[in-house]
Amino acid sequence: MDKNRKVHQFKNPVLNWIEFRLPIISYFKKEYGDYPMPKNCNYFWSFGALATITLVTMIVSGIFLAMNYTPHTDMAFDSVERIMRDVNYGWLMRYIHSNGAAFFFIIVYIHIVRAMYFGSYKYPRELNWILGVFIFLLMMATSFLGYTLPWGQMSYWGATVITNLFSAIPFIGEGLKTWLLGDYNVGNATLNRFFALHYVLPFVIFGVVGLHVAAVHVHGSNNPDGIDIKTNNDSVNFFPYMLIKDTVAMCAFGVAISAVIFFGPNLMAEVDNYIPADPLVTPAHIVPNWYLAPFYAILRAVPDKLGGVLLMFGAIVILFVLPWLDRSKVRSCNYRPIYKWFMMGFFVNFFALGYVGMLPAEGLYLLIARVGLLYYFGFFFIITPFVGWIEKPRKLPLSISDVYAKNIGPNIGAGGTGMPSPAMQKDTNL
Amino acid sequence: MAKKPNNKRRDFLQLSTITLGAVGTGAFIWPFIKSMSPAEDTLAAGSTEVDISTIEEGQSITIKWRGKPVFIKKRTKDEIDAAKMVQASDLRDPQDDADRVQKEEWLVLVGVCTHLGCVPLGQKVSDMKGEYDGWYCPCHGSHYDTSGRIRKGPAPKNLDVPPYTFLNDNTIKIG
Repeated sequence: MDKNRKVHQFKNPVLNWIEFRLPIISYFKKEYGDYPMPKNCNYFWSFGALATITLVTMIVSGIFLAMNYTPHTDMAFDSVERIMRDVNYGWLMRYIHSNGAAFFFIIVYIHIVRAMYFGSYKYPRELNWILGVFIFLLMMATSFLGYTLPWGQMSYWGATVITNLFSAIPFIGEGLKTWLLGDYNVGNATLNRFFALHYVLPFVIFGVVGLHVAAVHVHGSNNPDGIDIKTNNDSVNFFPYMLIKDTVAMCAFGVAISAVIFFGPNLMAEVDNYIPADPLVTPAHIVPNWYLAPFYAILRAVPDKLGGVLLMFGAIVILFVLPWLDRSKVRSCNYRPIYKWFMMGFFVNFFALGYVGMLPAEGLYLLIARVGLLYYFGFFFIITPFVGWIEKPRKLPLSISDVYAKNIGPNIGAGGTGMPSPAMQKDTNL
Repeated sequence: MAKKPNNKRRDFLQLSTITLGAVGTGAFIWPFIKSMSPAEDTLAAGSTEVDISTIEEGQSITIKWRGKPVFIKKRTKDEIDAAKMVQASDLRDPQDDADRVQKEEWLVLVGVCTHLGCVPLGQKVSDMKGEYDGWYCPCHGSHYDTSGRIRKGPAPKNLDVPPYTFLNDNTIKIG
């Protein structure tokens, strides 16, 4: 034991008692109190906090749902209906959980858009980005498993289609699928293990989120100008400035999600999932959850089974190597006059893919999906590496304070409330 | 200094420790992995006998076998001819109609699309039957012909033919 260890002194003797044995108080003070945030961070930087809150909400509502849910093919559907009709506030738990999942993806997609547009994935935050993509993957797996549990028609056939993706793998595919299902088709064994995994994966996500946050705190948060903090003038403490700002964002988020939970709880639900699962009848139109639809569109755009599966998984795996595909040292797209538009195009394209992913794969929709697929991969393999090469970026400001000095004069900038200047907001215009 | 021999002993000890550790870990993990495979009672799911005497020509029924739908269709003359006319070599999954049936008029198929496992349409008169007048999978648009062979769309293989025997003219045993 290091006898010379400097122990933080607090006024409260209880805190001192704890701090001496486990320096957790000073850790929280350092990471969530004095932690310097770039003062130009806009509301896009609140979505990490929002995602964390949503994860906790999902875990809590999920635990209470599990107290009344029965993972058996004969009883699952009825137990969910019982939660909706007989369990006290069961409807609320379920609507929080089902809509919370959709909002979780909205938030995480905005969080990813933020990271891509402002170049948060670049040096020195590559590992942070990789952990984030990993969280995204875990989220998709968890939401898929959870969607199976109500055991409606969409649950059953969604699970059938997704697990059949594995049968596309040559030689071992069929065996792997049977092993994953525990049966030759989606059945009771499948439902049981999906429930077990759906319960445990969110805690795994929670752990990876811990690493994700720890990693971003090493080099500090990125900001809309993509330049590093150089002096104390460039930053504000997390507490109280950013905490208050995040709280404002949380209030807005709370209003939005409450509006859906109380006034349109089935807006994002599929009607077919209110029909109990029937292994002999496939619904005329299998629709994935909208937040997985872009990847589903890619799967269907390819007229070959293995090819479609590989490209669909490839569309996610490619995200892992984005930091190495982008050769430009300039982080923020605000300073990249050409790449900025390709980046916007990428977001629009992703949205379009999601839209056609919800519609039948034929005619014009199929064509849009194929063009979208080309742009998706073209963006990563061609546009991203080459634009970084030919593009002449705009001149970066010398420091974060410099942004304010140039745009609106030193007096307003010196306030350091972390609000983006009007000029910046116009530029960000997402 | 007997440094070299010592290092060799260390290497040996290190290697054998890692090897034994790996074998031990594997032996420990195996039961857990294997427990996820289909259980004995699932494997034992046996055979189904079906009375086919009431099926009219051109009609098709769906029965459940090992949790999966099985199509039993009494084909019309036209459908048999259409299936026979096709050159097997032109197909994605080349197979003659004769290799897919025991008696020409009776077609028995596992009604699971070989693409991603949906149940194709075509069992009911009002269903879409696809461009080859057999079955059509609504999920991702695979077309099967009157022999259940894949003709168009993303599915890689023909609809499976389950093992079956004719117990007599009116009864099929599937499985």
